[in-house]
Amino acid sequence: MSRDLIIQAIVSGLLMGLIYALVAVGLSLIFGLMEIVNFAHGEFLMIAMFSSFWLWFLAGLDPLLSLPLVVAILGVAGLLVHFGIIRHLLSAPMLAQVCGTFGLAVALRAGAQFLWTPDFRTIANPWIAGRVQIGPIFIGQPQLVAGAICLLAFVALWLFVTRTETGLALQATSQDRQAASVMGIPTDRMSALGWAIGLGCVGVAGSLLSTFFYIFPDVGVNFALLAFVAVALGGFGSILGSLVAGILIGLVESLGGLLVDPSYKTLIVFGLYLAVVLVRPNGLFGRF
Amino acid sequence: MASDQARMLEAARAEPLWPRPPLWATLAGAAIAALLLVFPFVFTATFHHHLLILICLYALMAQSWNVIAGLSGQISLGHAIFFGIGAYASTVLFAKYGITPWFGLLAGMFISALAAIAIGIPTLRLKGHYFAIATLLIGSSVQIIFQRWEWVGAASGLYVPIVRAQPWLYLQFHASKVPYYYLALGAAAAAYLIVWKLRRSRLGFRLQAVRDEPEAAASLGIAVAKHKVLAFMISAAMMSVAGTFYAQYVLVLDPERLFSVDISIIVVLMTVLGGTGTLWGPALGAAILVPLSEYSRIWLGGTGRTIDLFVYGILILLICMWRPAGLLSLFEERIRRRGGQR
Repeated sequence: MSRDLIIQAIVSGLLMGLIYALVAVGLSLIFGLMEIVNFAHGEFLMIAMFSSFWLWFLAGLDPLLSLPLVVAILGVAGLLVHFGIIRHLLSAPMLAQVCGTFGLAVALRAGAQFLWTPDFRTIANPWIAGRVQIGPIFIGQPQLVAGAICLLAFVALWLFVTRTETGLALQATSQDRQAASVMGIPTDRMSALGWAIGLGCVGVAGSLLSTFFYIFPDVGVNFALLAFVAVALGGFGSILGSLVAGILIGLVESLGGLLVDPSYKTLIVFGLYLAVVLVRPNGLFGRF
Repeated sequence: MASDQARMLEAARAEPLWPRPPLWATLAGAAIAALLLVFPFVFTATFHHHLLILICLYALMAQSWNVIAGLSGQISLGHAIFFGIGAYASTVLFAKYGITPWFGLLAGMFISALAAIAIGIPTLRLKGHYFAIATLLIGSSVQIIFQRWEWVGAASGLYVPIVRAQPWLYLQFHASKVPYYYLALGAAAAAYLIVWKLRRSRLGFRLQAVRDEPEAAASLGIAVAKHKVLAFMISAAMMSVAGTFYAQYVLVLDPERLFSVDISIIVVLMTVLGGTGTLWGPALGAAILVPLSEYSRIWLGGTGRTIDLFVYGILILLICMWRPAGLLSLFEERIRRRGGQR
């Protein structure tokens, strides 16, 4: 096992981890606000990727160009889901909450398969392609750009949540809904905002992912599973926690694949989830 | 003390859990039971037999999920594990050692119960979402393991060797589906009988207490974790029976399909649709969703176009939003209202 190979695995894992983190932070934000796990999270990632694909296929827009558009689409989807579905589930028993978002996931996935067939698609000739060589290691340019934009998105999200009044209101709602409501914060609107931002993050991740990953109806399943692990690891509701956990998972996955066996890399990550929830049920960082 | 407990249990048993069903419901139930018994002779098309076999099998599977979710309140999203174990246990024993699937059935139940202990002891103390996610991940992991496990055929799976002699010993019927139908009906009936008994037993009452008020149950000296593991074992063993029958019915074991999340999801959807925690809800859900999926496949042409799952998903979403207690609660409400008037 050469040193170069390990460095290569670390770099790839790091870049993929940033995408996992961005998917996870949406999940985490939504859970923090309303104690609902969005089991359809991966399906929204799939929809984001297909949106990028169709915008490229039909309008010739490069995924990087259409990124704001995809984020807007997903943001609106978040609002629709919140007002159309989630609000009706809030007072229902937990089983109904789990099965509700789960049903949505099943419907979205089957719907995508019905409309677009289970074929694997890729976006041909994106603006950014090829790879760069730094010393002995190679980095795919799309991955590099994706990682950089993910980091930017995280910085923006962090600034929004900690530096703006709306962001602080969002945090307050997440910490104590009732108290926030007493202080005059429109908590229902904050939840809607959480959904819009959460799925917006998925929109960013999906756009970037579509430049170098296959696009197919089941693509979200694995990302969602990894996001669950990341959120459990980072603590439900914690932004920084999601970032660290996402990167950690990317690293564990790529190093585990290299050192153990590539076919068992997801297994190792799932084992990580069990270890974390059993030993530290609140995650490594707690909330916000 | 002991006699006090016995008297309280008697009182609890005498108290109807469910308002006494009116005459029409009893008659309808008897009519359905009679129809199920003579069904293969009334409807002779093979497709109808196939349909009813699937309904019985799924009713059994959904009931198995109902034991862990409805009775002890833990949402398992990885129940396909036990379905797969049941199928593999009987087939491996038969294909490799020539042991009758009847023994394989028991072996599968035993292994599934052991697996339930192994999975349940660490995970069942997790609450709500965490347990659901854990089972989802474990389900996926078990599938990955079976897809790589050379001894059981890895990703290409196993075939049940075809035997034409002694069909009842080897549980293979090639001439007609009718014996499969009666086997599936018998298995489902046994499961519903067991759950009916279980719900009215000491264990059943304790489980429901654990589900509704875990803290109160614990303070009364009920070992919460132990009871949940016990419910999980019963549930796993029931699911395994369905797996063995399914393997004998289709004669092909494909890890991609046996351990698929879809199986885990479908049992959840059926139970939730019919009514989680009720005795007949899972059967009602199976009786609605199986024909829906089979007929949509006929009308729309199957391969890849998964319109049935789309409809399932929407249906469940609507049920969760507007009637989280399930369809059966509509009848229940009606019966309750009648009872109040009387």
